[in-house]
Amino acid sequence: MAIKEVSEEKVREIARRWGGREGFLVEMLQDVQTEYRYIPEAAIRTLSKEVGVPVGQIYHLATFFKRFSLKPRGEHVVSVCTGTACHVKGAPRVLDACARELGIGVGETTRDGKFTLEEVRCLGCCGLAAVVTVNDDIHGHVTTSKVPRLLKRYKGTEKASHGEADDQ
Amino acid sequence: MPYRLHMMVCAGTGCVSNRSLELRDALSAELARRGLDKEIEIVTTGCNGFCGVGPILLVQPDGIFYQKVQVKDVPLLVEEHLVKGRPVKSLMFTPPEAKEPVPRMRDIPFFGKQMLVALRNRGMIDPEKIEDYIARGGYQALAKALTTMTPKQIIEEIKASGLRGRGGGGFPTGIKWETCVHAHSEDGVRYLVCNADEGDPGAFMDRSIIEGDPHSVIEGMVIGAYAIGAHQGYIYVRHEYPLALKRFMIALDQAREYGLLGKDILGTGFDFDIEVHRGAGAFVCGESTALMASIEGRVGEPRAKYIHTVEVGLYNKPTVLNNVETFANVPVIIERGAKWFASIGTEHSKGTKVFSLAGRVKNTGLVEVPMGLSLRELIFDIGGGIADNGKFKAVQTGGPSGGFLPEDLLDLPVDYEKLYEAGSMMGSGGVVVMDHTSCMVDVARFFVDFLQSESCGKCTPCREGIKAMHGILSRICDGKGSEADLATLEELCSVVADTSLCALGGSAPNPVLTSLRYFRSEYEAHLQGKCPAGVCRALITFRINDKCTGCHLCFKACPTSAVLGEPKQMHSIIQGKCIKCGACYDVCKFEAVTKE
Ligand SMILES: Cc1cc2nc3c(=O)[nH]c(=O)nc-3n(C[C@H](O)[C@H](O)[C@H](O)COP(=O)(O)O)c2cc1C
Ligand code: FES
Repeated sequence: MAIKEVSEEKVREIARRWGGREGFLVEMLQDVQTEYRYIPEAAIRTLSKEVGVPVGQIYHLATFFKRFSLKPRGEHVVSVCTGTACHVKGAPRVLDACARELGIGVGETTRDGKFTLEEVRCLGCCGLAAVVTVNDDIHGHVTTSKVPRLLKRYKGTEKASHGEADDQ
Repeated sequence: MPYRLHMMVCAGTGCVSNRSLELRDALSAELARRGLDKEIEIVTTGCNGFCGVGPILLVQPDGIFYQKVQVKDVPLLVEEHLVKGRPVKSLMFTPPEAKEPVPRMRDIPFFGKQMLVALRNRGMIDPEKIEDYIARGGYQALAKALTTMTPKQIIEEIKASGLRGRGGGGFPTGIKWETCVHAHSEDGVRYLVCNADEGDPGAFMDRSIIEGDPHSVIEGMVIGAYAIGAHQGYIYVRHEYPLALKRFMIALDQAREYGLLGKDILGTGFDFDIEVHRGAGAFVCGESTALMASIEGRVGEPRAKYIHTVEVGLYNKPTVLNNVETFANVPVIIERGAKWFASIGTEHSKGTKVFSLAGRVKNTGLVEVPMGLSLRELIFDIGGGIADNGKFKAVQTGGPSGGFLPEDLLDLPVDYEKLYEAGSMMGSGGVVVMDHTSCMVDVARFFVDFLQSESCGKCTPCREGIKAMHGILSRICDGKGSEADLATLEELCSVVADTSLCALGGSAPNPVLTSLRYFRSEYEAHLQGKCPAGVCRALITFRINDKCTGCHLCFKACPTSAVLGEPKQMHSIIQGKCIKCGACYDVCKFEAVTKE
C-alpha cells in the first residue's frame, strides 16, 4: 500500500482539533501516527509552527514514546505481548515464530509495506496469555504452532509476497 | 419495563476477544425471533474477572453462571433455560476437583472468597449507561459529600478509613489530600490527576475498573476534587487500552449531561471537569513527575523529588495524583463510612485489593479480596492452583519493582508491610504465578530487560547500571557466567537502588535480589551449564525418545526442517539445524519430545 502524501492542511486540522495546546502535543502526535502510520518530518514542522514550540521538542516526544515511529509502518501491525504473564507462557518463542513467518525482525516492516512486527509490554488481558494483536484484533492463547495460520488471515487481500504458503 | 430475566453478557476485553459481542448479537436475534425480547433484557457488562473461561454469560436474578458460551449454543440455551426454565448444565463451570458443574456464580470458589468494594458493580451494570450506575446507588456518595460534608470532613473520613494508594507506593490517601490542601498556591489553583497508565506488564486491574465501571472513578475524582478544592482534573490513560478510553469518554459525557461534572455540580456551585490524556507507551510515565511532564506536553522524564508533587506538581501547582483503584474506593468510604472500611483488612492495610491473577495458574483473571488474605488462598483457593498439573515454583508480585516469592512464603498474608519485608511489594496488584516451566534467572533477566528499555536515560545509575545487570544475567543464561558474576550482580543492585533518580531505578534490583535470595540454586545450576526449567536456549537440547508414534506433527511444525522421519516411524532431530524454538515440544501429544 502506498504511503499517504503528507498534507499540511490535515496536520493543521489535527493541531486545531486539540486547540493548538502544548499540553496536547502527545495527542496530536497520536493522531498524526494514526493518519500516516508514522510521524513524517513535514508534520513535525507543521506542528511546531502551529503550537509554537521548537522542532526539537517534538522530535524528543516522537522518539521517546514507543507508539511513535519516524519510519512508515506496515498496513498491519503485529504486536506480540511480551509482558510478564505472556513471557511465562512462551511469548519469546511466539515472537520468534512471527519474525520467522514474516521474514523480518522486531521493529521492522516487510518490504511490501504490509506488516510491521512489534513487541508490546502487556495489553492488559493477561488472562489470555500469550497474546498477539494484529491491528485492533486481540488473539489469545497463541502458541508457536498457531502463528502461521493466524498471520495468514491478514495476508489475504493481496497475494502474500514472502514466506511460504503455510501448512495447517 | 419489568423484565423477567436479565442476560448479562461480559464485554471485558478478554471476553470480547473470545467473541462475546457476536454472542450477544446472536442472543438478541434469537430472543427477538421467539418474541422474548419484551420479557428478557440483554445487558452488556464490563469484565467479570474470570477471563480464562470467557465468553461469560450470567442470568439474573437467579445468578446462573455460564462459561465458554459459543454462538452455536444460543438456540439450546434459549430453549432450555429461558423457555423451559431448565438451566443448561453443559455450559456451566466445573471447578477442578468437583464432579458436578456449579450453577450459581457465588458458589464457584473463584468468586466465593472475593469481596467486592472497588469492583462493587462488576458484571452488574452496562458501563456505557449512567442510569445503571445510578440505579446501583452510584453518585449518592457524591451528593452526600457535596451537600452534607465540608472538604475537611471528607479528608478526615478518608484518613480515618486508612485507605492507602493502590498504585504502588501505598501512601495514605487522606494525608496526601491534606498535604495538598495545606500546600501554598498563589492563585489557589490545585489539580487532581488520575493515574491510569498501568504500566506493570502483567496487571490489568485499572483497565477492568475503567472498562467495567467508569463512573466509580469519575465519582471518586469529583469527591477528591471537592475535598482539595480543585476545579480541573486529568486522567492519563495508556493508549494500549482503547476500550477503556472509549468507555471513559462516554461516561464523562453522560456525567456532564446529568450535571455531575462540569459547572455547578448538583446545583451546589462547585465546578470541576476532567480532561483525558493518552499515554503513548512509556512505563516511566506512570511515575508522578514524569506523568505530569507528559501532560504538559513534555517528555516523560522524572525529576528529583526534594519537593513533592502535592506541593509543586502539574504546571507547578499543588497536585494530587491517585491511582484508578484508589479513586474507585472513595465513594464507598463516603457512603458506608470510614469505620466500616477500616474494619476490613489488616492493622496497617485496610480495605480490599484488586489483584490480577495471571501466569501458570488455573483460573486467571481479576479478583478482589480483603487485605491480609494469604498468597496460598489467593493462588490455590481462588486461582484453583497450578495449570496443567504443574508444580508451584514462585509468585511474582508488584511487577518490575517487586520480587519473586517462593513456596515457603505462601502463607504470607498479603499486605503492604508483609510483602515489603519479604523483598517484594504490593505494587499495583499484578500477581504472576510461575511453575516448574519457568526459569528464575530467565524471568529476572526478563524484568531487567524490560526496565532497561523503559529507563528514560536521564540518570546514569539507572541507565548504565541496569544495562550492566542485564549483561551479566544474559551471560548467565547463556551458560557463560561465573561465581564472580553473582557477587558483581549483588553489588550493582545496591548501587542502582541507592543512587537512581526515581523509583524505577530504585526498585529495579528487586526481581534480581529476590531471585538470588530465594532461588540461588538455579543461578548455580546455570553456572554449571544447566537450566533446570529447560528455558535458556543455550543450555538445552531437544530430543525425540521412543514414545514417538511417528504421528508426524512435529515434522510439520518444525520451521527449519530439523525433524527427520517418515510417518508412522520414529522421528529424530538434527541438532545442527535445531533453533530450539520448541514447536515440536508444544505439538507432541505423546511426551516423546524431551528437553534437557
Ligand atoms: C516507574 C514507575 C511507574 C509507575 N507506574 C504507575 C502506574 O502505572 N499506575 C499507578 O497508579 N501508579 C504508578 N506508579 C506510582 C505513581 O508514581 C504514584 O505513586 C501513584 O500513582 C499514586 O497514586 P496512589 O497514591 O493512589 O497509589 C509508578 C511509579 C513508578 C516509579
Ligand atoms: S502480559 Fe501479555 S497481556 Fe498482560
